[in-house]
Amino acid sequence: MNGFAPFMRALSAVVWKDLRAEWRSRELLSAMLVFALLVILIFNFALELESSVRANVTAGVLWVTFTFAGQLGLNRSMAVEKDRGCLDGLLLAPVDRAAIYLGKTLANWVFMLLVAVIVLPIYSVLYNTNLFIPGLLLTILLGSEGYVAVGTLLSSMAVQARTRDILLPILLFPVAIPVVIAAVKATGGYLQGLDITEILPWLNLLITYDVVFTAVAFMVFDSVVEE
Amino acid sequence: MNAKPKLLTVMDVIAGVMFVTAVALVFFYAPLERVMGLVQKVFYFHVASAWIGMLAFAVAAFYGVLYLVKKDARYDRVELAAVEIGIVFAFITIVTGSIWARPIWNAWWTWDPRLTTATVMELVYFAYLMLRSGIEEPERRARFGAVYAIIGFLSVPLTFFSIRLFRTIHPVVIGSNDPGAEGAFDMTPKMTQTFMFSLLTFTVGFVTLLWHRVRLGALSDKVEQLKLKLQS
Repeated sequence: MNGFAPFMRALSAVVWKDLRAEWRSRELLSAMLVFALLVILIFNFALELESSVRANVTAGVLWVTFTFAGQLGLNRSMAVEKDRGCLDGLLLAPVDRAAIYLGKTLANWVFMLLVAVIVLPIYSVLYNTNLFIPGLLLTILLGSEGYVAVGTLLSSMAVQARTRDILLPILLFPVAIPVVIAAVKATGGYLQGLDITEILPWLNLLITYDVVFTAVAFMVFDSVVEE
Repeated sequence: MNAKPKLLTVMDVIAGVMFVTAVALVFFYAPLERVMGLVQKVFYFHVASAWIGMLAFAVAAFYGVLYLVKKDARYDRVELAAVEIGIVFAFITIVTGSIWARPIWNAWWTWDPRLTTATVMELVYFAYLMLRSGIEEPERRARFGAVYAIIGFLSVPLTFFSIRLFRTIHPVVIGSNDPGAEGAFDMTPKMTQTFMFSLLTFTVGFVTLLWHRVRLGALSDKVEQLKLKLQS
C-alpha cells in the first residue's frame, strides 16, 4: 500500500474518474466557461475596455476571470463528491489519501487550464490582443497550480460545513492573494514585453507558493477527510 | 480546574501595573519626537500590538500543528484563543497606524505592503472564525480550524513579499530603512527603553489574556458537555 506504483495507480484512477465523469456530463466545464465569458462581458462594460485602457488591465481581467471560474469549479467538484456519497466511497478505498488529494487537484487543474485554453483565444479575438506568448502560458500553468492546490484542500473543508456555498471564496481568496498578485504582475509583464529580469521575481514567487502549498496541503489533507 | 489559579491572579496584577507604567513612560519619560510631535507616541503601542498580532497567529499555527499531531482538545482551545486575541491586536495595529498616518502621510490609508498584509491577515482570520462557526461537530471543527490556521499563517509572509515587490513608504524604525520611507526617525535611548518596555508589557498582557481565554474555552466545553448530559 505504501509503494510508489500503487500510489500512482490510485492517483491516475482518481484523475481518470473525474475527467471521465466530466466528459459525460460536461456540467462543470460548461458552467465554468459560460461564467468566464460572462465575467469578461461584464468587465467590458464595467471598465470600457478600449484599446488604450486595455493594455494595462488585460492581465487583471484575465486573472479575475480565472480565479472566479476556478472557484466555481472547485466548489462544484467537491460538492458532487459529497452529495452523492462518492467521497465516502473514495475514502473507503484502501489507498493513500494523499493520492486522492493529488488526483482531485490534478483534475481541477486540468479543468482550469481547459477554461484558460478556451478563454484565451476568445479574448484575443474579441479584443484584438495577442495572448499567445510562451511565458504567459507558463504563468497560467504556475498560477493555476497554486490556486487549485490550496483550493482543492479548502473546498474539501468547505463542503463539510453548514455554510458551504458561501464559505469557499471567503476561505480561499485571502490565502490565494499572493498567487493572484504574482500571476497578474507576471502576465502584465509579458504583455508589455518587459525584460525577463523584471518578470523573474514574480515567477519565483509563484513557484515558491506552488511548492509550499502543494506540500502542506498534501500533508494535512488526511486530517481534513478523516472521520 | 474551577478555582482561578493563584499565578493567574498575580499575572493580572503584573500586567495591569505594567500597562499603567508603560502609558506613563510613553507620555512622561520618552522625549517628544522633533518633527512629528505628539502623534509619534502612538508608535510604542502600535508596534507592540503588531508584535502581539504576529505572535498570536504564530502561536495559533503552532498549536494547530500540535493539535493535528496529538488530537487533544486543549491545543485547539489555545489555538482559538490565540486567533481571537490576534484579531483584536491586529485591529488595534491598523487603527493606531491610521491615527499616525493621517498627519504624517496625509492619508488614513495607503496600499503599502505592511498595511495591505495586515488587512489580508485580518481577513484570513475572520475566515477562520467563519469556518469554525459553520461546523457543529467539535472534533471536526478543531481539525479544520487547525488546518486553516496553518495554511493562513503560511500565506501571510508570501502575501507580504508579493506586495513588497511594489515600492513601500512604510518606515522601518528597527533595522535598515528604505530611502523612500516617509515618517522615519531615529530612536533616542529613552525612546528605545520605552519601546522595549511596551513590547514586554504587551507580551505579558498577551500571555495573561491567552490564559483567561483558554480557561473560558475549557469552561464552555464543560457547559456544553453538561447540557448534552441533561438532554440525554
